Parts: sequence; C-alpha cells; structure tokens
Amino acid sequence: MGDPWIAREISLSPRIVFPNKILPYLLVAPQLAITLVFFYWPAGQALYQSMLRQDPFGLRTKFVWFANFRKVLADPAYLNSIQVTVVFSLATAIVAMGVALLLAVMAEKAVRGKGLYRTLLIWPYAVAPAIAGMLWLFLFNPSIGSLAYLLRSLGIAWDPLLNGTHAMILLVSAAAWKQISYNFLFFVAGLQAVPKTLIEAAAMDGAGETKRFWTIVFPLLAPTTFFLLVVNTVYALFDTFGIVHAVTGGGPGKTTETLVYKVYNDGFVNLILGDSAAQSVILMAIVIALTAIQFRYVERKVHYG
Amino acid sequence: MKFFGFAAGVAATMTLLSTTSAFAVTQISWWHAMTGANAEVVDKISKDFNASQSDYELVPVFKGTYPETLNAGIAAFRAGQAPDILQVFDVGTGVMMAAEGAIKPVAEVMTGAGMTFDKSQYLPGIVGYYSKPDGTMLSFPYNSSSPILYYNKDIFQKAGLDVNSPPKTWNEVWEAAKKIKTSGAASCGYTSTWLTWIHLENFAAWNDVSWATQQNGLAGGDVELKINAPIYVNHFQALADLAKDGTFKYGGRTSEAKQIFLAGECGIFTESSGGLGDIVKSGMNYGIGQLPYDSDAKGAPQNTTPGGASLWVFGNKSDEQYKGVAAFFAYLSKTDVQEYLHQKSGYLPVTLAAYEATKKSGFYEKNPGRETPILQMTGKAPTDNSKGVRLPNLPQVRDIQNEEFEKMLAGQQTAQQALDNAVTRGNAAIKEALEN
Repeated sequence: MGDPWIAREISLSPRIVFPNKILPYLLVAPQLAITLVFFYWPAGQALYQSMLRQDPFGLRTKFVWFANFRKVLADPAYLNSIQVTVVFSLATAIVAMGVALLLAVMAEKAVRGKGLYRTLLIWPYAVAPAIAGMLWLFLFNPSIGSLAYLLRSLGIAWDPLLNGTHAMILLVSAAAWKQISYNFLFFVAGLQAVPKTLIEAAAMDGAGETKRFWTIVFPLLAPTTFFLLVVNTVYALFDTFGIVHAVTGGGPGKTTETLVYKVYNDGFVNLILGDSAAQSVILMAIVIALTAIQFRYVERKVHYG
Repeated sequence: MKFFGFAAGVAATMTLLSTTSAFAVTQISWWHAMTGANAEVVDKISKDFNASQSDYELVPVFKGTYPETLNAGIAAFRAGQAPDILQVFDVGTGVMMAAEGAIKPVAEVMTGAGMTFDKSQYLPGIVGYYSKPDGTMLSFPYNSSSPILYYNKDIFQKAGLDVNSPPKTWNEVWEAAKKIKTSGAASCGYTSTWLTWIHLENFAAWNDVSWATQQNGLAGGDVELKINAPIYVNHFQALADLAKDGTFKYGGRTSEAKQIFLAGECGIFTESSGGLGDIVKSGMNYGIGQLPYDSDAKGAPQNTTPGGASLWVFGNKSDEQYKGVAAFFAYLSKTDVQEYLHQKSGYLPVTLAAYEATKKSGFYEKNPGRETPILQMTGKAPTDNSKGVRLPNLPQVRDIQNEEFEKMLAGQQTAQQALDNAVTRGNAAIKEALEN
C-alpha cells in the first residue's frame, strides 16, 4: 500500500508481474525446446522436402518450387482421397457421437450397476487402433469372420474386399467403435451437469421423455457436443492410419484411401518423397485451420454451462 | 588402498579384454524381413557362420515386412547409418538398381576380397534377374521362389475330378473350377494370391509374351507396359466372368487368399512355392502342379521368373567389412548350407550343386512337388520375355494394377478397360519415376 502506483496497477489489471526477467524464459525453455525439435524442425524439413524432387536414396535432388503441390492438387487420386476423407470423417464422427450419446442416456437411466456399465463401455478406448482394426477385420472377414457369416446367411453379399461401400462401412465401424468410449465419458459428464430441476419442471408441465431430451438435455449438451465434434473429426482425420492400414490398406481400388493413408502410401510404398511431403504440408495446413476454428470459434461461441 | 588398486586393475583388464575382442571381430550387420520358420533359418545360418570362423560376427536384425525393411534401409542410408547387408524383395530390385553409388555390386565385393565369383555355379534364371544388363552380379539371391498350383485332393474327389492330374492350362483350371462349384464340392473353385506377380509377370514369362518393352524393363530406358495385349485381356475377362458367381474368389492383393484355400473354401489355388510350409502344416490332403499356361500361347510353357528376395551390400564401408560380407556370401553358397535352406524353407537352392545334392538325397521322391518350382524356372533357357520384370517403381505400378483389377472384379469395368487403364496409368507413373 506504500506505493500508490503499484496499488493502481494491481487494481486495474489482474496481471501478476514477476520481478525476475530471465526465470520465466528458463521455465518455458524445456517446452520450447521440445516444440522446436519435435514440431518446427520436422515441419521445416517437410516444407523443404515438399519443394524437392528426389530419388529414394537422396542421391539426385532437384529444387522445383511448388511443382509438387501443383501436381498433387491436379491429381484425380488426391481429389478422390479428399472426398474419401470427408465421407469417412463425417460418418465416423456422427456414428461415434450418436451411439455414445444413446449409450450415455441409457447408462444414466440404469438403476443398478451404473458403474459396471460405465467401466465396460469405457474399455474399448484402451485398445490400440491397429488392434481394433484387426478385431473388426476378423469379425467381418468374408471367409472366416463370424459376423460376415451372419450377414451372408441374411442374404447380404458381404464382400469388403471388392465392394467399396462395404469396405467403408467396415472402416467406419472400427474407427467409431474405438472412439465411442471417449465420447461416452464426456456425454456422461455432460448429462450429470444438466440440472435435475429443469427436467423435473418440464415433466410437471407434461413434457414427455423424448420432448424433455430434445428441448432441455440436448441443447444443454451443446458445448460437449461441439467439443467432441472437433475432437472426433481430428481423430478420424489423423489418428486412424492404423485402422485403415490393418483393415483395407486403402482398397478396394482407392475407395478407402484417406489423406493420411495416401501420404504413407506415396512416401513409404511408392517412394515419391516430394509428393508425399507436399501432401503432409497440406495436412499440416488443415490441422492448423481446424485448431484455429476450435480456439476462435468453438471456444468463444459455445457457452459452457 | 590395496583393495582399490586391485579393483582398478580388474577394471582395466576388463576394459582391455573387451576392447581387444571388439577390435579383433568385425561386426557385419544384416537387416532382414524373415518371420516364423524362415526367421529360424536366418538365425541358424548366422550362428553357424559365426561359429565357423573367428574374424567376423554376423548380426541379423529383423526389420519388419519386406517394404518396411526396404524403407528402414533407405532411411538408414540417408542418415549415414546403413547396414552392411540389406534383404530386399524382388519388387524393390529396380529401386536398388537405380541407386548406383549407394550400393556396391556383389561381384565387386567378392573379387575385392580376393575371391573368385563363378556365376556358372548358380541357377541361371535367378542370377540373371539380379544382374545388370552387362552381366555384373548386383545382389546375392538369398531366398527365391516361383508360383505353383496347389489343389485340395478331397475337393477334387468330391467333384469327380482326377486327383492325380492337376489342370495344366488355364482353360483346364476354369473348367475344373466350374465343376467344383456346380457339383457343390466347395463354395468356390479357384483362388490366387498376388494377381500381379502370378497373373501378369509370371503369366508373361511362362507364356513367352511381352510384359513391357525393353525386355520387360531389364534393358532400362523408356519402358512401356504391354499388358493390354489380347492374350491378357482374354485371361482376365475369364477371371472376371468366373468372379461373378463366385467360381473365382478374390482374396486380396498379396497372400491373403491362402486363408481361403486353407479353410477349404476353394479347390484350386495358385501361390508362391514359399507358401508351402503353411499348407503342409494345415494337414490338408493337397497336391502340387506346375503353374498353368495359356493354351493359345505358342511357346508355352517357357519358364517362370524368380520372386522372393536378395541381399544387397551398401557402399562406403571399410575393406574389412567387405571382406566379412564376402566371407559370408561364400559360406552361404556352400552346398550343405544351401541344401538346408532349400529343404527347411521351401525356397529354391541358388547353386546347382545344392540342387544336385538334394536330388541325390532322395528328398524330392519323399516330397513330391518340391522340385516343381525349380523345374519351372530352369526348364528352358530364358527369352527376352522371361528373364523377369524390372521397373524403378514396380511397387507403385503393381498398386495401380491391383486397383484396376479390384474395380474389374467388382463388375465396374471389363478386363479390356481395366488393362487399358493399368497401362495408361502405369506408363505415366513410370515416366515420372524415370524423371526423378
């Protein structure tokens, strides 16, 4: 209180100023170092590589500016891959969130064994993507899969090896199944935050169960839903490589070749490093855009209960 | 004090001992992609080689699947950490050949170590494939295989087919497959692994028709695919027609179809000779025939081309390391080592002496069919169409072919359209790869 200037400063802004000028930098240095080594450096490398045309061994190198980007964006296979990715991501996000919400509502209603249901439903989240993929692959394998056998006996000519739609359904099922647990967890938490008084009041006004859900519970879950939408989209876009690799390998034809899988296939199987790097740079731009949307739009516009 | 002195002395001696041994033995690293029974063969051969001499220590390291191993080798080379020996599958041969300066030809490794390398001792079909157009041997053939026909004798019996005469031509295969399906002996008549390797690359060699210009790419330069010629179109249209009612069943791009055959779903199956182990293990009542040929082809059957993998030696290593590599290759060429490799793994022996020795031992009488892949590959002197295929980007071109086949088998296009597309897209990809 001695110095009036300091007192005014404190009262005007909640910011706390450290007297030591170096210590804060030292404290964030490890984090900065990690970001530099594991993000900026590889990102810079990818950017540089995306402007090169090079043989696999790096013996002959030519700098081609943006030729790789032009080539990639004009490639019908790449445009197909964008389409595949959009369909796959949306389908995965919708299925994963829809089923999770349904399960969360059901689990909330359970009178006995609530904890047991929850634990069982959260379990699949601990399964690695590639293993999840293999599980589904076995279940729906046209020759040895038990569920494929069931489908066939129902008169459905199940053949994900040649039918692109079947392959996509299989892929979405595997990817969504894996993500349901995570969504379930958030929806359960969201449901618990919905004030019971509102629901009881609506019930007394004569609103049925469905009406109560859509007019009260669902709108109040909006922040959770928005958050999960972004998380699920990012998951479907970038974390599903293992599933695609294990289940379809991008086939049949190119019907399940997502953007991430194409980066791998062009770079590591076909050894066209320039194209592959250009595609990763485009993917990086997409991630940055998505993150920006999440922070700028979703975080601001959605009112957290 | 006395105690400390003693401890220091011990430590010093230990250090001395360990450094001397490190100096005396040169380590040779070998990255490979062998699993299961074949990995045991790698370990046994390495152990025996290390026990046979004291100058070099061979260290085999498993690096994953074939493509993963190739990528690990390439990445290590770029980082300046390449292994001495890298196992590369047949499809990657063109990639390695294009990397002059990164690799050291096996012929040079051998002569540099003061050894004579007599090519005439090796099976010509295999050695030819891993040599430059001028005849310089580039890599050492470690495991070679050839596609053959397998059939389920129980299913043949049920369908009323002769269990002792497997179909010889593709037309006979189609007929037998239809009979299996219509008689209800099995739900599917025929399936195959590797459509690209068996029905295009080996189909071309076995029927003596061109797969691509420039001796199927072996002569280098501008290569154009020839796989939309009428003989291919007829063959694939037949497959596509059989696929409609499930007489032919597609299993996948690589060896997935083996599961279908092992499950007893299909009666006839074409697959690498290296796949024999699993079929023997399954206890199936199986028979082996040679790869079917097209009865319309004049020169058929010609000879099949090798699949499998070979060992490549990286450049910029010390003379001592190259001497060790040469010593290992010399050991690997020994008759008893080759005999062991051939009989244990189902891969082909690479030396003529090992083949003769196996023949004399009565192995083929006891194991009928095991000689078929060798006879197929060595029966006739290879022509320009049958020395094998080579492209700088064969993995990519095979991917394109598989994509078009899958669309064809799903009924979205005819064989003519599929093969025309495969040629157009393949040629564009080859052109681009050559520009790099």
